[in-house]
This record gives sequence, C-alpha cells and structure tokens, in this order.
Amino acid sequence: MTIEELEQIAKNVHQENAKYDYEVNVCMDLACASQGAGALKDALAKAAEASGKRVLVRRTGCMGPCSHGPLVRIDPEDTLYHHVNAGNADTIVKSLGAEPVAKLQCDLNEHFDKQVRVVLENAGYIDPEKIEDYIGRDGYKALLTVLTEMTPNGVVHRITESGLRGRGGGGYPTGLKWGTVAKAAGDQKYVVCNGDEGDPGAFMDRSVMEGDPHRVIEGMAIAGYAVGASKGYVYVRAEYPVAVSRLTTAIREARRQGLLGNNICNTPFNFDVEIRLGAGAFVCGEETALIASIEGKRGTPRPRPPYPAASGLWGKPTLINNVETYANIAPIVRHGGKWFFNMGSERSKGTKVFALTGKIANTGLVEVPMGIKLREIIEDIGGGVPGGHKFKAVQTGGPSGGCIPAEMLDVGVSYDALLKMGSIMGSGGMIVMDDTSCMVNVARFFIEFCMTESCGKCIPCRAGTAQMFTLLTRICNGTGTMDDLALLEDLCSTVKDTSLCGLGQTAPNPVLSTLKYFRNEYIEHILQKRCSAGVCNMERIKPEVPSEVVA
Amino acid sequence: MPVFTPPPLPSEDKRWKIVNGTMRKNGFARHALIETLHTVQSSFGFLDDESIRFVALSLRVPLSQAYGVATFYHYFTLKPPGKHTVTVCAGTACYIKGADKLIETAEKRLGIKQGQTTGDGNISLMVARCVGACSRAPVVLCDGEVVGEMSREQIVEQLERWAVE
Repeated sequence: MTIEELEQIAKNVHQENAKYDYEVNVCMDLACASQGAGALKDALAKAAEASGKRVLVRRTGCMGPCSHGPLVRIDPEDTLYHHVNAGNADTIVKSLGAEPVAKLQCDLNEHFDKQVRVVLENAGYIDPEKIEDYIGRDGYKALLTVLTEMTPNGVVHRITESGLRGRGGGGYPTGLKWGTVAKAAGDQKYVVCNGDEGDPGAFMDRSVMEGDPHRVIEGMAIAGYAVGASKGYVYVRAEYPVAVSRLTTAIREARRQGLLGNNICNTPFNFDVEIRLGAGAFVCGEETALIASIEGKRGTPRPRPPYPAASGLWGKPTLINNVETYANIAPIVRHGGKWFFNMGSERSKGTKVFALTGKIANTGLVEVPMGIKLREIIEDIGGGVPGGHKFKAVQTGGPSGGCIPAEMLDVGVSYDALLKMGSIMGSGGMIVMDDTSCMVNVARFFIEFCMTESCGKCIPCRAGTAQMFTLLTRICNGTGTMDDLALLEDLCSTVKDTSLCGLGQTAPNPVLSTLKYFRNEYIEHILQKRCSAGVCNMERIKPEVPSEVVA
Repeated sequence: MPVFTPPPLPSEDKRWKIVNGTMRKNGFARHALIETLHTVQSSFGFLDDESIRFVALSLRVPLSQAYGVATFYHYFTLKPPGKHTVTVCAGTACYIKGADKLIETAEKRLGIKQGQTTGDGNISLMVARCVGACSRAPVVLCDGEVVGEMSREQIVEQLERWAVE
C-alpha cells in the first residue's frame, strides 16, 4: 500500500458515496442495538429500496446521546432522529427530500455544541467493519505519512510536543513514555493496548473499539514505528464480544490492504497486531498485571522498577497505552502537535471522552475539551438531573476515584484539578448521583468492589479492604460507632500508603472523598441511625466477607 | 530436546478438536493458557477437572498454574451453567439505579444466591461487574441479550416465563 493507492481508495469511497442523494446512518452501538436498532436498519434498507430513491443506509458506531436511542442521522441535512423504531422506517424514507419528520426530530444543540470531537470524530459516520469508510475519512494517512516522511524520533517529538497524557487515568506524559521505550536497548520490543476497561460505569473504550477499531490499530502501528516494535497486542475484556469481533475484522482487513504485516508501504517497517482476551479481573488494568495476563498467567502486579518500558512483556521493553490514548495519535500526526497543544487547559491538553451515566437526563458518550467546567458537562451537555431531584455528587475515576460535591462543580476538568479535589481523571466514567443516593453506601459499594477484585498478593490491599468493608457495612446497618469511623480513616491511610499497586493505593479514595465532603452523612448513620437518602436499611445488611478474602 | 507430542483428545467429542485448534494456532505455547481456557468455556460452557488437566498437559503448564488461572479470573466458571442464565449488571451506574434490588428480587424468586443455579438446572443467577451498557442502567442480560432499564416486575416476569417452559 502506497500513499497514492490509499488516496485512490479514499477517492473511490467518495465517488461511491456521491452516487447516493441521502445517507441514513443508524447507530448500532450496544445501547441502541438493545432497543431494536438491528430491525430498524433492516426496515430502513427495505423502505429505501422500495422508494426508488438513492439512499445509502449505513450502520455506525455510537453517536453519543444513548438515552435518546435508537438514533438515526440523515445526511447531508444532518437531521438527528431519536427514539426511532422499525415502524418509523417508511415515514423517514418518505420524508427524504421533503420536510423532516417533526415528531422524531431531536433537539440536542446544547448537548453537541459544547463538545469537541477528536477521538470520536468518526463515530456515527463510518461503518466500523469497512476499512474503506475509515480510509475515506483520512484513515491510515497518518501511518503512511509517518513511515515515508518522518523519523521515529520525529514521531516521538511530535507526540511530546502535543502534550498528550495517558488517557487510562494516570495521566503520564505519553511522549515521555514513548521516548523511554524508543531509547531502551533490545531488538524485540512490544506495543500493548490496554482495552481492559474494568472501571464499572465506563464504556468509552468499548465504544471506540467497536465504533472505530482502525483508529486504535493505526495508533498502535505509529507507536510501533516510533519505539521500534514489530508486534502489538490488544488486550480486550472478554465481556466485550462485539469489540473483539470488530477488532478481529479490522486486523484482517488491515492485513489484507497491506497496512499491517511486512514492509508496510514498501518500507522496512514490519508490524502486526494480535488480540488477547481478558477474563474479568479489574487488577489487569495495572500494567504489570496486564503483562502477566498476556503471558497466560494470573494477573498479579509486581513491584516497579523495572518499569515495562525497560522490562515488560517476556522481559522485553514494552509500551503500554490505553485505547483512548492510541485513538488520539493519528489526529495529532495529521494536524500537528501544536494543534493538539492549543486545546485544553494549562497542563491537560486535548479532549477527554466521558461516559456520562447515572441520574442525568442525557446519558451517553461525550467528548469535551479539557478545562471545561464540570457544571457545563452536567447541566448543559447532560441536561441536568431529571425527575425534580437535586444533584448531590458526581463520581469520576471509578473505584479509584472520588465523589465531587455540588460546591465544586465550577472547577475545570483537568488531571491536576480532579486530583486536588480527592478524585482522579480515571479512564472517563462520570456517574451523576442525586439526593436518592447515600454516599456511605456508595463508598461501601466501591470498597466491596476493590475487596473482591484485590488480587491478594499484598496484605494491605487484601486484608485492608476487607476490614474497611466490614466497618462500612456496620455504619450502613446502624451498628457503627465513632471509633469505627476513626479506625476506618486510619485504615484508609495505611492501605493508601502501603499497597503494592494502583488498585490498593487508590482503593480508599471513594471513602476519603465522601468523608471529606459528606462527613455529615457518616455521622448521621452512626449517631442517629438514620439514612436520609433512604438507601440503607438499618437492620438489613450483615457484614458478609467472602471466606476467601479474609486474611 | 525430545520432540513434544501433545496428549490424545480426552474423547470423541468434537468440541475437543476446537480446543485443540486454539492450542495448535498458538503453537502449543504456554502463554496460550488463557486463550485456550476461553475456548473450553465457550465450547463446553464451563471448565471442569478433565478439561483443565487436558489443557495443562497439552501446553506443558503445571496443573497448579492452570487451576490458579482458572480460579483467578472471574470470567471462568467451574460449575455448569443452567439452561438459562440471567446476569444482573452491578456496575456503578446500574447500582445507583437499583441493581441490588434486582438481585434481591431474583434471589428471592429463585430461592438461590447469586452465582448459583436452581436445583432443576434451569436458571443460573449471575452478577456481572459491568457490561458497558451503562447508559441504559439498570441492565440485565437474559441469556446474553441486553435488556435495559429493567424493573423488578420485568425480571420476575422473565424468570416466570423460563420456569414454565
């Protein structure tokens, strides 16, 4: 595959698409598919054929506002229809070229206006199983440009210049990581993509892998060239069967087009990608545990250093980045590091994809520039808390993050600001809670999660989380005392300071942040035996620690 | 070094050929352990002693390591699943929207705890960490199919439909 050939494919796609007067894009992501988007697409295709109009019906990845699904977008008019079912197919096709169907039209201008789409630029515009669709939207152009016009050092420099930081949650500067692996000695190096989205309540990576799989592969291949690796692994959760099948198809198509394999674009660069399935272990999001899992072992972390950049997969220098990080690479190469650097806040550049869920009107995927206020995400993009309830907190960072109260909503979203508030950026889960959520109960939920997900290797995490769970359960069922609360706080700092890996070190965050902002709820549970949110049944819950986690 | 010959298939069952295929594709490398156990589970529905032994022997992995892996990962199950499986998602978004009440309702209706199968082998009740359909919380998988915005009445209805089949 040469640049000319790539451009020819893009041209062919545009010519093919130009044969149609209308494009009917049907969102077939999980949320829409579970509401009958499959039958809807078939009905639209049938109606389009019967109408005699030149209509292209296309399945696409997630368009964003999942709570409005199933979604259909008509191009070139850019009309968005929501809550569409198969019965509406004829009406929609009939309306093409005339007035849009008013009762299905979806007014989400405010939702979309504040968003900036970089990672999700193709979401809703391409068929994820057609490599031609991706190429038609400048896909693989960055890879071929890199191979023919840039040195590996030049690529690392461009990523460094962009200011991109790891999107898996840690926020480590991506360029710095790439540079370290590039400098590491060794003929065999590996590039690994972390698609083990274990954070419950987050689904950005799933949507990217399912809706735009080639973007991830292209990012990995560019990384391979930059650091000198010829082999890549995508580590995907087995709970995401569609993502696995889309990636499998994408890898096959890329090989067929000569975009993976030997001598890509007639250069000496060889690169291939393989899929590895996760098997449901949250700790495998930690890089050393993930490496152990790819090697076919139990996913337990090991102390660092040595860092994977020096000694990773099978002892070789290994670059590990998250799905969203790789998804940012191609646009940075295409538009330049400065373009990316100019978006976002002072120390957090570019955009971030969030999975907005919980007690909020517009649930779904949103991509916003860094530095945007939490209030804008929740009230303008998310449409606020529905049902006349009052906003209480927003949870970011999953089990490693914290709950942010209403007073802090005017803070701009950045790695540092979230950390300062006692939460973390995390991979991008953003769960909104209203006055019907009990913060003590939420803390207990996360500690239970960390307790069962603790791999058991180090004692502070294995035993500490189990003890914290028992204490929180006591507080939730009304048998807790103020001494329990003091012990809980003490344990938080012990577990935080002495655990081996990120799982244990961040496990106390949900407790610490709720104690910081919602201490009165803890006190109310202990002294008044009352849960004002009405969640905790003061007599019901007995601490049940599974026998295998008791130290 | 003597040439390694993989052990014979445990029985005539065609599913063993699929399992063997995964191992052959990976050159019987040790690191294919998790991949192979995935194939066993998707073919047989669960992992039993016989399959773990066969895979361990074929990949020259110590039995302890194979068993360790099979029990470490939540996705693998050592118990045969029921004819139907209802999986309640207990991710954060689902939890906030009442997944715990759904689990409680299903436990009461079936008379079993989460992770168990009814005595007649008809229905298994499982709890998932997160299936990634958070925008439609609370989510339940009925025999693998995603059903969003599930209510307690709906889950009972579904369980009753399966019970009378």
